[in-house]
Amino acid sequence: MNNNTNYIGKPVNRVDGYAKVTGGAKYAADHHARGLCYGVVVSAGIAKGKILHIDTTEAMQLEGVFKIFTHENVSGLAWFNHSYKDMDAPPGKHFRYLQTDTITYSQQPVALVVAETFELARYAASLVKVTYKADAHVTNLTGNLDQARPPKGKKSGFKKPSSRGHFDKAFTAAPVTLDATYFHGAEHHNPMEMHATTVLYYKNGSITVYDKTQGILNTQSYVKSVFGLSGRKVKALSPFVGGAFGSGLRPQYQLFMAVLASLELKRSVKVMLTRQQMFSLGFRPITQQSLSIGSMEDGSLQAIKHEAVSGTSQFEDYVENIVNWSGMLYHCKNVKQSYQLVSLDTYTPLDMRAPGAVTGMFGLECAMDELAYKLNIDPLELRYINYSVEDGSMKKPYSSKALRDCYQQAAERFGWSQRNPEPRSMKNGHLLTGWGMATGMWDAMTVPARAKATFTADGRLTVGSATADIGTGTYTIMTQIAAETLGLPMDNVTFQLGDASLPYAYLEGGSATAASVGTAVQKACMQVRERLLDLAKDIPDSPFKGLSVAQVSFADGMMFMTETPANFIHLKDIMTLTDTGEINVTSTPLPNVFKQMKYAKNTHAAVFVEVQVDEELGAVKVTRVVSAVAAGRILNPKTARSQIMGGIVWGISGALHEESVLDHQFGRFINHNYAEYHIPVNLDINDIDVIFVEEQDDVVNPMGIKGVGEIGQVGVAAAIANAIYHATGKRIRELPITLDKLL
Amino acid sequence: MNNFTYTQADGVDNAVQEIAGHSEARFIAGGTNLIDLMKEHVMQPEHLIDINSIHLNSIEFLEDGRLHLGALVTNADTAWHPAVEKHYPLLSDAILAGASPQLRNMATNGGNLMQRTRCYYFYDTTTPCNKREPGAGCSAMNGYNRIHAILGTSPHCIAVHPSDMCVALRALDATIQVKGLHGERLIPIADFHRLPGDTPQLDNNLAHDELITGIILPREHFTQHYKYLKVRDRASYAFALVSVAVVATMEEGIITNIRMAMGGVAHKPWRDENAEQWLKGKPATQENFAYAADMILQDAKTFGTNDFKPALAKRAIVRACREATNIG
Ligand SMILES: Cc1cc2nc3c(=O)[nH]c(=O)nc-3n(C[C@H](O)[C@H](O)[C@H](O)COP(=O)(O)OP(=O)(O)OC[C@H]3O[C@@H](n4cnc5c(N)ncnc54)[C@H](O)[C@@H]3O)c2cc1C
Ligand code: SF4
Repeated sequence: MNNNTNYIGKPVNRVDGYAKVTGGAKYAADHHARGLCYGVVVSAGIAKGKILHIDTTEAMQLEGVFKIFTHENVSGLAWFNHSYKDMDAPPGKHFRYLQTDTITYSQQPVALVVAETFELARYAASLVKVTYKADAHVTNLTGNLDQARPPKGKKSGFKKPSSRGHFDKAFTAAPVTLDATYFHGAEHHNPMEMHATTVLYYKNGSITVYDKTQGILNTQSYVKSVFGLSGRKVKALSPFVGGAFGSGLRPQYQLFMAVLASLELKRSVKVMLTRQQMFSLGFRPITQQSLSIGSMEDGSLQAIKHEAVSGTSQFEDYVENIVNWSGMLYHCKNVKQSYQLVSLDTYTPLDMRAPGAVTGMFGLECAMDELAYKLNIDPLELRYINYSVEDGSMKKPYSSKALRDCYQQAAERFGWSQRNPEPRSMKNGHLLTGWGMATGMWDAMTVPARAKATFTADGRLTVGSATADIGTGTYTIMTQIAAETLGLPMDNVTFQLGDASLPYAYLEGGSATAASVGTAVQKACMQVRERLLDLAKDIPDSPFKGLSVAQVSFADGMMFMTETPANFIHLKDIMTLTDTGEINVTSTPLPNVFKQMKYAKNTHAAVFVEVQVDEELGAVKVTRVVSAVAAGRILNPKTARSQIMGGIVWGISGALHEESVLDHQFGRFINHNYAEYHIPVNLDINDIDVIFVEEQDDVVNPMGIKGVGEIGQVGVAAAIANAIYHATGKRIRELPITLDKLL
Repeated sequence: MNNFTYTQADGVDNAVQEIAGHSEARFIAGGTNLIDLMKEHVMQPEHLIDINSIHLNSIEFLEDGRLHLGALVTNADTAWHPAVEKHYPLLSDAILAGASPQLRNMATNGGNLMQRTRCYYFYDTTTPCNKREPGAGCSAMNGYNRIHAILGTSPHCIAVHPSDMCVALRALDATIQVKGLHGERLIPIADFHRLPGDTPQLDNNLAHDELITGIILPREHFTQHYKYLKVRDRASYAFALVSVAVVATMEEGIITNIRMAMGGVAHKPWRDENAEQWLKGKPATQENFAYAADMILQDAKTFGTNDFKPALAKRAIVRACREATNIG
């Protein structure tokens, strides 16, 4: 049987690539309508206090300014806290924009100016005069560690830290011990596309909302509950998203602002945040963490203590899994963990690519390197010594864990065996070279998702689910899965997403989309298969009579008898001969919970890094990265590789460049622009080599998909910090490792 | 951004007349700095005079062999101009160390001289800043001052001039040619930018109604011994934490002439003639350069997050001098 419609596992080009590079892909702010007006947000200049007065007189005098929304004139919105809750909301009192005179964080939006043109709105916004009574604020985490307390309430995905065994006893008895404290500041997501919402208003009072989001259903339900609208009145769309990294997991305030203004003014409205205002959104939380590790002389771990304190806002308790990894990655009987929060006068932090793991694995994997040096054991060898086939925190085996192969393949590609462990041993003039490694780990999650499929008599298939593609390749891999399942050319298949009227899908986050939506898509297409077979049986003299769906295959637009492929029928012919216009199905896959419960499900990576440090000037260059990733079945090595590379680049960024600097005088992020908020540029990025170590895993889902959106970043910062130690002999435990720290 | 009127000047005289008649007017060249400042409400000119068509976009040798760079020549065209590459490679290197190709394609030589500080607080109108609003206070002094000055500071302002090009111009002893209603004036680069003193709002000594028409480079070329070293937080597209421009002449390992200008350390490109004088006649050695660096930095004052700068500056001076004099 000739099969040209096998796409899964192939490096297929992005199906939306052409639209994206030709401007055909319309993002949230690209939509227009007649009479559309523009909203510009005025942000608070203090971190804590009260608004005494908002003087809008001068701004309102300008012709073409329609309205200035402030807490003084916004009313009639939802009353209950839960109406403001969204799918990714941490526990607490969710923020209500423009409904209070209290300032709770710097850059809090305090007014929305709506005008005929963007320029006018922006100018008018500059004329709005806000006077405040400022109160003393607290934004310094490290100065307020004595305020640390356990988090309140629960957030989806949060696992309580879990201790086991007797850490104190084992640590005291251990012949070799290590204590180290690590820190990193805040980072803002800063996707290329700023957060934007366009609301189109219709005469009958209904609206269409184009939003930048990672969950269009989240957008729709937030709008419905805050503004008291029925589902019929709110169409919500988000077909293209210019990056998000987690910033689109919660409805951001431009959505609230645009809908508010549209409903009130009965006009179409567009609101886009400025780059500076992107620093008023959630961020990776400022975190200090400490590790204490005790081991035997032979390197076997006896005791691990991992404690972390992160900042959150005054009104919500944002939490993430920072310390949990040290109870999972290595074999160790005695583990103690604690995770606490300090409320600061900032906005609430927000999930950012591999939340918790990027932070916690930085601490754990640096500490393992420090321990390796204390023990005089090769850092990679130390990982092998403590390799674990089960997740010790749950006492469950991994559904699959090819981390050992990752270590081996990456080490070999990198040339790790040539490494002289001695720090500063690779010196050439003022350049010091160092090699470091670390492990990455992330969850292989499945979240609820449904999909619908429509197959029409012309042989075309349309599949849809209310998920998102934030640049990750969702459109492409879903098209691949659907096309292969029904044996159709990819050109005959269209995948739809980012539309709240499509079947339910959870937020696009946690690297769960490929696995969850992919399973739903496959299942929907399997249902179409069954329907096609049933139809084919109705055709007179059908050779398919009496066959079950397991006995037929689909390829090249045809259905075959698997045993005797000479017996086939074109799918189009099934439709015509049975006079069928279209087949419609909706799938609701249910994970095999009983099977899954018995296993821990994770992705892993091994990262090896070479750095070059200019000893005199402190500048660090990451010259080489080899990352081997075990993430189940890789649907598309091209899009998957891009995900891993993007993660590695961000890992480099977090290690060396990136930090939202809080000025505690003002309680304000002060480097709030792309000139001073540094991320790597092309010249900072050199060789990146990605290896996929495929795993067969029928526990996670039928196709064995684990997801690759986040794992690429985890461990990179630790590998770099470890390589810098190898190069220079200096342990830098605070990110980013800017050159001043190496002088 | 505020509302403003806009006009296009068709020649130098026209541009000068336009600005003289309007105290709230500004010239606009490439716009890469001014537009940002307007968007942030840091500058709110009522009137913009576009000077892109005033015919100052050529690079030519003067009769006496000096090179004249038109004020409206872009940074990119200047850096890649054969005469500049051949005779003033230091200047090419310095310009190319700055910003990004896109910015350099827009940025002009006049605009580069006039660009304003990148102090975070200067850019954020919710924070006090003496440069924006004299008397308001300096937020950087007790704040995040990683990119701030260590030399020539005043209690009123610790900002630095962020240009790379100007550091090279200072090492090359360039002259700035300006034109006002009352005629032309030549300002040595050393006197063009100012120290903050008690007038931090003034970046330089150009009068409001004066136009920069060009930059004149002296005949001394320094094509043998030169180095522009820029230390920054990423490999490209970041302002200098410290930069050093060195030009020198040597005879058999002995320094016969040397100039060392520094960026990222003061409100103007910084030079210390005493240190240069001290090096003259001495062999090019690590020790001598280190001694000279200590002389330059002896009065350095730091403000917290820029405490690392004197050490970094010293190393950068020594490295740049070493590389310029080929001692490795
Ligand atoms: C993100 C970013 C990164 C950058 N990085 C660097 C860097 O690393 N190194 C570096 O050196 N620079 C850097 N720059 C600054 C850049 O070099 C300047 O913005 C540019 O040189 C300004 O030139 P322009 O022609 O665009 O000036 P404009 O923005 O048009 O004008 C700037 C000012 O100069 C005045 N002006 C312009 N021409 C004249 C004239 N002929 N006579 C009198 N006044 C005049 C204007 O009135 C205005 O006040 C960076 C800029 C940005 C935005
Ligand atoms: S250093 Fe100068 S520019 Fe910066 S805040 Fe102080 S006065 Fe303003």
